[in-house]
Amino acid sequence: MNGLVTAKNDRTRVAILSSAILLLALFVWQMSSTPSVGGRTQGLPGPAAVAKVSWEMLSEPFYDRGPNDKGIGFQVLSSLGRVAIGYGAASIVAIFGGVVLGLNPILLKAANPYIQILKPISPLAWMPLFLYTIRDATGAMILVIFMSTLWPTLANTAFGVSAIKRDYLQVASLLQLSWWRRFFRVILPAAAPAIVAGLRISIGSAWVAVVAAEMLVGGTGIGYFVWNEWNNLSLTRVIFAILVIGTVGLILDLGFTRLAKAVAYSE
Amino acid sequence: MRTFLEVSKVSKYFPDPSGKGLQCIFKDISFQIDEGTFVTVVGHSGCGKSTLLNIIAGLERSSEGGVILDGKEIDAPGIDRMVVFQNFALMPWLSVYDNIRVAVKAAHPRWNKTEIQAGIAKYVDMVGLTGAESKRPAMLSGGMRQRVGLARAFSVEPKVLLLDEPFAQIDALTRGVIQEELVRIWMRTQNTVFMVTHDVDEAILLSDKIMLMTRGPEAEIVEVVDITIPRPRARTTIIEHPLYYKIRNHIIHFLVERSTKGHA
Repeated sequence: MNGLVTAKNDRTRVAILSSAILLLALFVWQMSSTPSVGGRTQGLPGPAAVAKVSWEMLSEPFYDRGPNDKGIGFQVLSSLGRVAIGYGAASIVAIFGGVVLGLNPILLKAANPYIQILKPISPLAWMPLFLYTIRDATGAMILVIFMSTLWPTLANTAFGVSAIKRDYLQVASLLQLSWWRRFFRVILPAAAPAIVAGLRISIGSAWVAVVAAEMLVGGTGIGYFVWNEWNNLSLTRVIFAILVIGTVGLILDLGFTRLAKAVAYSE
Repeated sequence: MRTFLEVSKVSKYFPDPSGKGLQCIFKDISFQIDEGTFVTVVGHSGCGKSTLLNIIAGLERSSEGGVILDGKEIDAPGIDRMVVFQNFALMPWLSVYDNIRVAVKAAHPRWNKTEIQAGIAKYVDMVGLTGAESKRPAMLSGGMRQRVGLARAFSVEPKVLLLDEPFAQIDALTRGVIQEELVRIWMRTQNTVFMVTHDVDEAILLSDKIMLMTRGPEAEIVEVVDITIPRPRARTTIIEHPLYYKIRNHIIHFLVERSTKGHA
């Protein structure tokens, strides 16, 4: 009873504090912005201007008026599409590779230094190499996303699998489970919490990488949208895009929080 | 009765902790187990009895010697042997039902859905887990978890059931109950069982034969005690049998006095 009341109190406090932070941020933003003169933005646009543009953009997300003027829905979808391909492919490679490494401690030790070298490289550093070798902007962007998401999932899977309790693998071999059943029945679920933690880090990197990659080689996508609006000197739309990027990132992350809960187990 | 499981001249060496040479855990262990008998090794912790069990299970290799089960040499794990682990070793991400299902499916790859369901139900019922099927192991007490472990092991209908200190991690009150259930189940199934334990009362209650193992290094089995106390046995009645304390004292005396050999 007492615990329930405390939990409820805590939630109320969190909500009040959260609203206060938002109001403070809006206040600081409003104070640092300058009113627009004659429709042309002179300084940082304020919250009201951004809200107005946001409403316009969100009320018509799927318009298409030529290559440099598409609705925000199209832009986000095309970014998400690239992420889906690059991230999806990288995740499959990383999980299988991670399981192989995790089950072979000596191979893992041998490969680990290279993983550690490759991991901190900004995925964008690969861009020129990909542009040169495959000569296709979209392909290069997808490969950049691939590189950005490979390492966290690979490393997490490998260490998750190598930390699986020996008992579970012993039961699997006593029961003579086939490689396939062992993989899906024992190894994957046992290492799932670690794998999902890796996937979650990876989706964050992928979303960061796609924006940057699109700003470089663009054509479509939310990153290209940001760059395009910068060239148009429409900071209002840039700020709107920033908020959209943050919101989509948050939704992606929430999805993985759910997934993490679903695969969690206690011993 | 015929010799069913034969362990002959099995030795195990581990790399010495000092890094130089090998340490002998046990040496030249030989014994035979007849089909349908319950045989237990009693010894101190660390004498290598669990290693011996793992060699029979195929989870570890012997350094020398071999094990023959039903005419075939053992060199890898197989579905003809199943272990009940001290720490249960249940898959924590699976329900009780699914933990048993994995085993039933593995043992009977040709069974259809109905047969598998019936098989699982039979063993769930046998160990008294009805009603707990959908729970995950983390929600169960130690005693309930080991019931799942027993159901899983019996459900593959192994030629030899290997019990590795199965009740050591269960609280004393529950332990007695589950030991008696094992007696009851075993009377019905008549499996060949190889158990290791350091619990003397447990060994006497359950076994047909108790083998006494000395402390390592170079542990040996130095004596086999036949438990002739008639079955069915129960915890409360077995202690009234005239032989009970004689056997018990003999084994305790062994563990205290004789299990350490000359080498210190």
